[in-house]
Amino acid sequence: MTTSSITAPAAAREPRTTVPDPARQRRRRTLARWGFVAPAVVFMLLFFGYPLVRNVVMSFQHYTPKTFFTGHAPFNGTDNWSHVFRDALFGKALWHTLVFTAGSLLGQFCIGLALAVFFNRRFPLGGVLRSLILLPWLVPMVVSGVVWRRILDQDTGVLNSFLGTLGLGGHTPWLTSPGVALLSVILVNIWIGIPFNMVILYGGLQEIPRELYEAASLDGASAWRSFRSITLPMLRPVITVVLVLGFMSTVKILDLILALTDGGPADATQTLGTLTYQNSFVQLDFGAGAVVGNVLILISAVFAVFYLRANRTEGK
Amino acid sequence: MASRPSTAPRRRWGSTLAGVLVLCVMLFPLYWMLNTALQPASGLLRVAPVPHSLDLSGFSKAITDQGGHLLTSLVVSLGAVVICLAISAPAAYGLARFGLRGSRTIVFGTLITQMVPGIVIANALYNSYVDLGLVNSYFGLMLADASLGIPFSIVLMRSFMVSIPGEVIEAAQVDGAGPLRTFVRVVLPMSRNSLITSGLFAFLFSWSDFMFALTLNTTDDVKPVTLGIYQYIGAHVGDWGSVMAASVLSAVPAAILLVVAQKYIAAGITGGSVK
Repeated sequence: MTTSSITAPAAAREPRTTVPDPARQRRRRTLARWGFVAPAVVFMLLFFGYPLVRNVVMSFQHYTPKTFFTGHAPFNGTDNWSHVFRDALFGKALWHTLVFTAGSLLGQFCIGLALAVFFNRRFPLGGVLRSLILLPWLVPMVVSGVVWRRILDQDTGVLNSFLGTLGLGGHTPWLTSPGVALLSVILVNIWIGIPFNMVILYGGLQEIPRELYEAASLDGASAWRSFRSITLPMLRPVITVVLVLGFMSTVKILDLILALTDGGPADATQTLGTLTYQNSFVQLDFGAGAVVGNVLILISAVFAVFYLRANRTEGK
Repeated sequence: MASRPSTAPRRRWGSTLAGVLVLCVMLFPLYWMLNTALQPASGLLRVAPVPHSLDLSGFSKAITDQGGHLLTSLVVSLGAVVICLAISAPAAYGLARFGLRGSRTIVFGTLITQMVPGIVIANALYNSYVDLGLVNSYFGLMLADASLGIPFSIVLMRSFMVSIPGEVIEAAQVDGAGPLRTFVRVVLPMSRNSLITSGLFAFLFSWSDFMFALTLNTTDDVKPVTLGIYQYIGAHVGDWGSVMAASVLSAVPAAILLVVAQKYIAAGITGGSVK
């Protein structure tokens, strides 16, 4: 990039460039510009595009533990698909995924919104407290799962001791009973998601002009009325973003469930994410794993289409 | 609302009190993590609400067992940050300023990648990694972890670089700087804040990664601390003290970053998600 290295070839080519070729120059400039973007495009094609295609292909192939020695995975038609769909576990996992996602989103969003509204009022130390609440979100999810596993322990966990002292039972088998485990996992995930919801919704609240509230209170509107008629409508675009991002990250969850229950007890917390993992990386049946993964993508895609549609109509 | 001057300050301190209570509830699990870590002797028994003495044997055991994995996490995360920024910063600039045909499609595609579940990526990636010999390698895990930060960084930096005044870039070009030199000498220094935010988040994403660590490693050669802790609870059921101590250590970077770089974190969460 020193000047000497540039001038030398330029001088040699002097006679030819006396008549500059604008089309060629433009082409070269376009090429240089694409050089900035190309690495990212290639990377994303390799790490996001290719896996999508490969998963579809894999779902029609027969994988066994031997495949990784022989490299041989013959096509087997729709065997994987019918095998997975006929298994009762798939239906269960699908249902758990939907319950888990809906429950988590509902809890995270409502509590996150309440806290955002709360912190939107000005009071001493508000900013410090607000930023400290982020901490649970920044801790690795597996670690949160492990910590909660200890807290929720039936006999020696602190939650049951606490409930016991209050006289509220205190013997709930939070993670070891098939009837309660899914609820426990949802509650922990709500705890993890609150900070994220709160921060984004708080950002949205900050954009709402304060004069609107002043005008409303002059007109004698109650706090609840201003919330319904000013806050919620003004916040709608942000609410959509929060819910969509929340959906995308919740529906595919894996870390937390593995750390809390490993999908148990008796598959009570098995979701599409954990089932994909089990099929592929525990049973080494990557074909079956790919089938469940494809269903997971399909659910996300349907949701994304709805979101884009809603966004477009809202923009107009 | 009654806003008589005498009650207003008292009410505001009431809010502070309520805020502290909320914070206590939200941070209780993290307190409990630290508390349990300091009582390694309690093992499988009930843990006292406050540690009676400062017993650091849980921590020393955690450092012996997990110190190497913490180091692995650090190396992998830093590598992922470098890859992530090297790929996404030029792309963000190109997408923000060059008006290339197809830019909008690429930005749209970048947003769509958030939709692809990680386990699906791992499913396909594992097979390719086997073919390429990238399983159980630092570089393979760095690449996979970089994919967690790249879309986010592109979106975040692009939205910043769009707002750089065109005159600044034109002035550099008039001075004879090519696109690369303009980018390195003018655009990058001006985008410092968004670059830091992207790097921070790329680090946190990679540090927290568990799925790629779990799926792209079959031996103990490259084991980040998230995977280490997960396997720890399988093997050390009675030894919660050192499990929690390892958890505390793994949460330290997040805590440090929250204190040191609070401004960037808040900017990243809102900037990366709202367009």
